Formats: sequence, C-alpha cells, structure tokens
Amino acid sequence: MSLPDRNDYGATAIGLHWLAAALIVANLALGLYMVDLSLSPAKLRYYSWHKWAGVTIFLLSALRLLWRLTHRAPALPDSMPTWQRAAAHASHHLLYLLFFAVPLTGWLFSSAAGFQTVYFGVVPIPDLLDKNKELADVLKLVHRSLAYGLAALVVLHAAAAIKHHVADNDGVLARMLPFLKPRS
Amino acid sequence: MIARCLAASAAVLVLTLPAAAQTPQKVAVEKSHIRFAFKQMNVPVEGRFRKFDATVAFDPRKPEATKAEFEVDLASIDLGNPEGETEARRKPWLNVEAFPKAKFVAASVKATGPGRYEATGPLSIKGASFNITAPFTLVDAGGMRTVEGQFPLKRLQFRIGDGPWSDTETVADEVTVRFKFVIPSTP
Repeated sequence: MSLPDRNDYGATAIGLHWLAAALIVANLALGLYMVDLSLSPAKLRYYSWHKWAGVTIFLLSALRLLWRLTHRAPALPDSMPTWQRAAAHASHHLLYLLFFAVPLTGWLFSSAAGFQTVYFGVVPIPDLLDKNKELADVLKLVHRSLAYGLAALVVLHAAAAIKHHVADNDGVLARMLPFLKPRS
Repeated sequence: MIARCLAASAAVLVLTLPAAAQTPQKVAVEKSHIRFAFKQMNVPVEGRFRKFDATVAFDPRKPEATKAEFEVDLASIDLGNPEGETEARRKPWLNVEAFPKAKFVAASVKATGPGRYEATGPLSIKGASFNITAPFTLVDAGGMRTVEGQFPLKRLQFRIGDGPWSDTETVADEVTVRFKFVIPSTP
C-alpha cells in the first residue's frame, strides 16, 4: 500500500522513538507506583530513579526534536481525512510539549520541595526555585496533571497507530515498526 | 613584700573575678539554631530542630572552667516534609517516644586560636553516648555572645536509622551538625 520512498524514518529516529517510548511508559508507571508507597529506602531509590529517568527523557526529547527538525519525517498517507491529519499533527505537537513540560515541572517541584536533583547521583542539577512548601504543592499538582495528560496522549497515540494498522492498513505503524509488514 | 602581696592578691582578683561573674546563662533560643545536613541518594538534605534548651557558663579567658549543657527536643525535628518528620520520630530513627531528648555536655573546652575554641564531651542520643569534639568560633557584639560551629556525627553509631535504613547507599552515615547559640554575655 505505502510508497517505499515515503516510508522511511531512518534507524536513528526509530531507535530514539522506541527508547523514549520505553522510558516514558516505564517512568509514568514508576511515578504512579512510587507516590503511594510508605517511606522506605526503596521509595527514596525509586524517587531518584524517577528523576534520573525524567532528566534522560528531557535530554532525549531535545535530541529527537533536533533530529526531527533537521530530518524530514515521512508524509502521512493520502488516504487520511483532513481532520485526522489535523489531529495527528496536534497530538504530536502536544506530545513534544509534554515531553519537556513533564520533566521540567517535576524538576521545579523537586526544587521547591527542597530536594535537589543529582543526575545519576553524580551531576547536581541546579535548583531554580528555593524551598517553598506552598509552591511545591502547586507544582506537584501541575506535574501530576501533566503526567496524566501525557499518559492519556501516549494511549491515544498507540491506539491511533494500532487503528492505522488494523483498520486502515495504511502502513503508518510499520514505518515505526520495520519488522511489522503491512497487512495485505 | 607588700608590693608582692598586692600583686598576688591582684592576680587572684583578676583570676577569680571573671569566673565568679560567669553565672550560667540561658541561650536565646529564638536567635539560635541547631541544623543538620546529610546526603540522601547523594542529594544534600537539610533539617533543624525547633526546640532546644541550653545553659552555658563560659568565660573566654577561662575556657577550661566552662560548664555547658545542651538539650534538644528530638520530636521538634523539621525536615520541611511531614512524611519525613513522622518517619524520623519513629523507632528506627530517633525513637522520640522512648528517647525524647538528645543531650550534650561540654566536659572540656579549650582555646585553639583567637576567638576559636573546641568543646569536647559526651553526646547522648537514643540511649547511646559518645564523645564528640565540636570546634566553634566566638564573637561578642552588642551584649550578645554568638557561638557558631559544626561537628560530624555518624548516625549509625547512635543507631539512628536502624534496620533497612542502615543502608548508607540511600541515606549516608555522616551527618553534619551546625549550631549557632546566642547567649547574653556577662559584662
């Protein structure tokens, strides 16, 4: 169905996509799990891992954005209705916005709560905000809400990809999953 | 002979007068602080104790005659984080129900330089007692004497953070205690 010359994200974009996807899904799950734990050494470890993963996702997203801006992404199939194209573009813009906003609010929340982020326990990331309980409570809510928004968008993104494969059979999913042959 | 006698009594006066004037003073708690810092997952974390009490009889000219006692209400721990504070009061950490107070008695104080001293004595926390040495500086200004210093403490020596918390990879063993005491100075 799909045209081979329009079907190429390239190995770098595909690799970065799946690396980011794995980290984002894992970190959303970790975040959801760790918040309700009672205080323990494990909880402190999970919080640190969550922050390190968040910093990594932020850096990875910057790299992906740079790559995306300097490399042409394959066009959407001509068969897609206009509203779907608009929805696809909007959701991708929103996804990228949240790739940055979720880690950023997490970092600000952590600073306001009085806990600096030390990347991998080695690289201290400066605190932009001073310790401030009221601000920390607000930022916690913002971070959590944006994370839920990101989770919802990730689900929508995956559902749309599956719909493209199963219902539309237009090769959109196969562009990002090269071993997946478009159904004929 | 008379001159020598006079000189001797003068010397006795000089030596005894300040000591006699050195009555124990309560520290001005609202101007003082006891803070501590440690690393948690290699992240620096700070806290303080809101309530403490100290009585100090100190003469910079006779530091060896110092009598000083410090008591800290451990339940008054402030970590800026209620979850952490509740945990810190529990049995594995400070066990404040069984051991509500930490105590330090300055058994000996010696001068180490101009305006610099060193206090040594037993520090008792959670039923354990170990000698610590705390260097401090002293500044007299405006009728107030300000003593400031810090000393390192190994939390596991006092079994602060027992059981699973004894893992120093998550919470470091070393805690730095920083103190500032403002004492109304005797003229």
